[in-house]
Amino acid sequence: MNWPILSVVTFLPLLGVLFILTVKGEDATALRNVRWGAFWTTLVTFLLSLLIWIGFDSNAAGFQFVEQHAWLGAAASYKLGVDGISMPFVILTTFLMPICILASWHVTKRVKEYMIAFLVLETLMIGMFCSLDIVLFYLFFEAGLIPMFLIIGIWGGPRRVYASFKFFLYTLLGSVLMLLAIIYMYWTTGTTDIVQLLANPGFTPEAQKWLWLAFFASFAVKMPMWPVHTWLPDAHVEAPTAGSVILAAILLKMGGYGFLRFSLPMFPDASVYFQDFVFVLSVIAIVYTSLVALMQEDMKKLIAYSSVAHMGFVTMGIFALNRQGIDGAMFQMISHGLVSGALFLCVGVVYDRMHTREIAAYGGLVKTMPLFAFTFMVFTMANVGLPGTSGFVGEFLSLMGAFEANTWVAFFATFGVILSAAYALWLYRRVVFGKLEKPSLMNLPDMTPRELATLLPLIVLTVFFGAYPAPILDLFGPSVESIIKPLNEAAAAAQALATASLQ
Amino acid sequence: MHTVLTAIVFLPLIGALIAGLLGTKVFKGLGRDADVYGEHQVHAHGTNGHGHDDDRGHHGHYDGPKWPMYVTTALLCICAILSWYVFLGFLHEARVEKVELLRWINSGALSANWVIRVDTLTAVMLVVVNTVSALVHIYSLGYMSHDEHQPRFFAYLSLFTFAMLMLVTADNLVQMFFGWEGVGLASYLLIGFWYTRDTANAAAMKAFIVNRVGDFGFALGIFGCFVAFQTVDFDTMFAAAPGVAGKPMQFLAWQPDTLTVLCLLLFMGAMGKSAQFLLHTWLPDAMEGPTPVSALIHAATMVTAGVFMVARLSPMFELAPHAKDFVVIIGAVTAFFAASVGLVQNDIKRVIAYSTCSQLGYMFVALGVGAYGAGVFHLFTHAFFKALLFLGSGSVIHAMSGEQDMRKMGGLAPLIKITFVMMIIGNLALTGFPFTAGYFSKDAIIESSFAAHWGFAFWALIIAACFTSFYSWRLAFMTFNGAPRADRETMEHVHESPNVMLFPLYVLAIGALCAGFVFKDYFIGHDYKEFWGTSLANGEVMHEMHDVPGWVVWSPFVAMVVGFVVAWIFYIRDTSIPKRLAAQHEPLYRFLLNKWYFDEVYNAIFVRPTMWLGRFLWKKGDGFLIDGFGPDGVSHVVTDITRGVVRLQTGYLYHYAFAMMIGVAALISWFMFGGAH
Repeated sequence: MNWPILSVVTFLPLLGVLFILTVKGEDATALRNVRWGAFWTTLVTFLLSLLIWIGFDSNAAGFQFVEQHAWLGAAASYKLGVDGISMPFVILTTFLMPICILASWHVTKRVKEYMIAFLVLETLMIGMFCSLDIVLFYLFFEAGLIPMFLIIGIWGGPRRVYASFKFFLYTLLGSVLMLLAIIYMYWTTGTTDIVQLLANPGFTPEAQKWLWLAFFASFAVKMPMWPVHTWLPDAHVEAPTAGSVILAAILLKMGGYGFLRFSLPMFPDASVYFQDFVFVLSVIAIVYTSLVALMQEDMKKLIAYSSVAHMGFVTMGIFALNRQGIDGAMFQMISHGLVSGALFLCVGVVYDRMHTREIAAYGGLVKTMPLFAFTFMVFTMANVGLPGTSGFVGEFLSLMGAFEANTWVAFFATFGVILSAAYALWLYRRVVFGKLEKPSLMNLPDMTPRELATLLPLIVLTVFFGAYPAPILDLFGPSVESIIKPLNEAAAAAQALATASLQ
Repeated sequence: MHTVLTAIVFLPLIGALIAGLLGTKVFKGLGRDADVYGEHQVHAHGTNGHGHDDDRGHHGHYDGPKWPMYVTTALLCICAILSWYVFLGFLHEARVEKVELLRWINSGALSANWVIRVDTLTAVMLVVVNTVSALVHIYSLGYMSHDEHQPRFFAYLSLFTFAMLMLVTADNLVQMFFGWEGVGLASYLLIGFWYTRDTANAAAMKAFIVNRVGDFGFALGIFGCFVAFQTVDFDTMFAAAPGVAGKPMQFLAWQPDTLTVLCLLLFMGAMGKSAQFLLHTWLPDAMEGPTPVSALIHAATMVTAGVFMVARLSPMFELAPHAKDFVVIIGAVTAFFAASVGLVQNDIKRVIAYSTCSQLGYMFVALGVGAYGAGVFHLFTHAFFKALLFLGSGSVIHAMSGEQDMRKMGGLAPLIKITFVMMIIGNLALTGFPFTAGYFSKDAIIESSFAAHWGFAFWALIIAACFTSFYSWRLAFMTFNGAPRADRETMEHVHESPNVMLFPLYVLAIGALCAGFVFKDYFIGHDYKEFWGTSLANGEVMHEMHDVPGWVVWSPFVAMVVGFVVAWIFYIRDTSIPKRLAAQHEPLYRFLLNKWYFDEVYNAIFVRPTMWLGRFLWKKGDGFLIDGFGPDGVSHVVTDITRGVVRLQTGYLYHYAFAMMIGVAALISWFMFGGAH
């Protein structure tokens, strides 16, 4: 392909923004145009992005579809490209966007600005995953905060201001350290080109540790890892449905993506050095947040805590530093994007009817909403990691990787498998099963065709990738192998050093 | 052949999808956006608004189409016939058939694919699963005929069958795990089928979670196998197993023997699925599900998955003697424990549930001593007579308008003669009456435990056999004999079940009577090596068990007679004895009646502390510690500082000018001294 497909996919949503800006007035027709404009923009972006997948050579390790233009003089350039690590996230983003727009169909407050915020967010997220220049990456990475901050702060629930500031403070704090690290990297290597940095990182082990920690501060907050996770439940609870979907499905993946793009390949010695540290945090995240999820009384909070637990599997898998672990973490991130997004959509379905997220306000929904009960069951099982759903593949592989690296980690993390069954089934039982006794629930209509349209694609993919994950799993191979090679060398070096110091 | 095997596995799935998605009302009641977001009053539509919600499902009424039930049943009957065809082929020639379907999880060296693998062991399981499943489908046509949600019920039954078939045809541990958790899902859905009942929902959750505890071990076992063998395929693993035997592996803080630790971890999964001692608590509660489910899932097929797993992995277990010992101990303890609890239960289904638990213990003892053929033989025969007993008790419950408490039954024999005869046949087979199915398989297990010099297991099984005979006949006598204890209205309603429910009983009765002597030569007799081929490891005990002393051969028979006579004295001759005994030995009676207090103890040491810990971590950990010292704390500090800064802003110009001068001075001095070098 000769045309700059990545740039087109990245900036196409901004074209939608332009269109929306031209729409005048606040009447029903205008709002209709705004909604359809946003929907078509995201849909076309998704269809175009499929060309990236089709044209992608999954046997090649390097970056593909690379574009480069001078920008900011000698310091940084505008460089885009994707490999097996970033490409799946691009598709995930473009795929979920139309669903989010569809799920926001009945937003009535500042519709134009709402759609603009989402479209801008899409551009920033795709740009972040495609960036091959560290300065460009940082810009997209940080700018993505702003629309999300606004989405929570303007269209959110009653405590939206507290939640949005908590979200902003946490994430900003981490980013500042990352910026310092980026400046240092530019000073020592003289380049901001990610491809060059990957090919020849060459930081001393001591420098690696500091750089690793600086990047870690940013990524750990984004994941979020225990103990910097407490912004997530609040942000989710207050965010509008589509905001929660994007937050859980895409923004949480920025941390994991960052680890794989920067921390592991650029600071391999430090990654080996800090492996146990991340393991401990991951295992605590899995067990601790699963226990906390068990006791939640708010549906969204419960799912938010379960997200933290699932991200624990991701960090554990990544820092297993082996093929199964990283493959598993990657797959878990994609699958969690589908499943947690869908779970928040499910909560949105009942929230729109009852205007409460309190679990105790529900019960017996299967009687009046069988289709919802079926949908929610599929995603509950995917969340539990039932084999045959996409949730299983990632969880299984990341645990497998962890077992190879350290049996203690796998041992404790596997408790998460029991606990997830407990909290997810208990939630399902309290919401869907039981006698339909509450008068407010008696006449709830089942899912509407629009709601079905948002959830059906997710059901299909969750089951399809559960039974046949190869289309995604095969993408990772070469890229993951190229990450693992320097890690193995670093681990061998550390091992040699340890043996030498013993003698 | 490949087409036949693929059809056997996937026809039930097709049936489940057709019945579940097209036959039910899932898609019938789509709402409208206007109703959700419009301003006018939301009104009901779509789903049928039955005002009442009957507590005991099958007294509702059903006005939907019948075809979903017929389609699933017909497909299952085809599967059953095909399975027998396949099985008869394997009788003549043991071999391994593989149908490669699709890639599944491939990551580096790990490769787990969808493959249908059929050898003799699988062929036996195909027959068991599909025969019982087809019969239970037919039975349910009658039993569930009034239930409002019967298409959903049949969809679940077929889904279960599919998952079970995936389990038994697995070619690697991961696919087995798929089937394993899949049957767990189906079991969860079916136990909680009557979702308005809180007890059913609780039992469903309990079943799933307790099974997950077992799966915790199973999963770790799979990881361990991959680390040890670099593969999860059965054939490759078994070929590599002798090379690994005796070598240690790193597991937690220890370096135990590789195969021992792997087998023990995998066996933990088997303990959960097969409701063995310590992980058995879900099975009795699972009786909340409709009775056909109990027969299919919680007696004949799913709960035997653990037995199947150990048999499948027998080449590994053979090389891990300590793991085998553990299997014997758990099996023997379960056989004894469950039988002891069964002695005093009053719910007809719970008695049979504990009996199942106990019989599974027998099977594990056989596996543990190395008599794999005997273990699987008992699995095979047990499926017939236990399904018969469950479906028979379903027929009793049906006749009694839903009553399950045996204390409110009695005197039913003349009213439901056919059911009575069927139950008696089931009892004879279960207690091991000579020449019935149970006689051959159960006695073989008891003899093999003696031949393997497991005195403890031998005596536990003999005592359990005595208990088995007692509770089985107690059940029969309390239900069918004596004076009726139900009220007159119920007794007037008592009626024999329709033919559609009786036909499966006839078929199972034939199995319960004949499956033993027809197949014993193949499973445990002189042809066993040719029959099993490579599908089971060869335990030497399979030879030795034919040469045990005469008194050992007779002892199960004596135990059975003793149990029968005591039951007869207690419940026919002088019915006041049980009450007196219970009063005399109150603590023991309570202990047994309350199932050794397992639920209470687990509640106290697992459930409640977990919930407490969850709340503690949420309120104190997240709320107080992290947020308190993190964002909320920081924002407090920031507010305090801002307040201080506000105080600094006095509004006097000279204050600002002074501050500015100090700043400039500081800046200049930094440039002069700091920038000098």
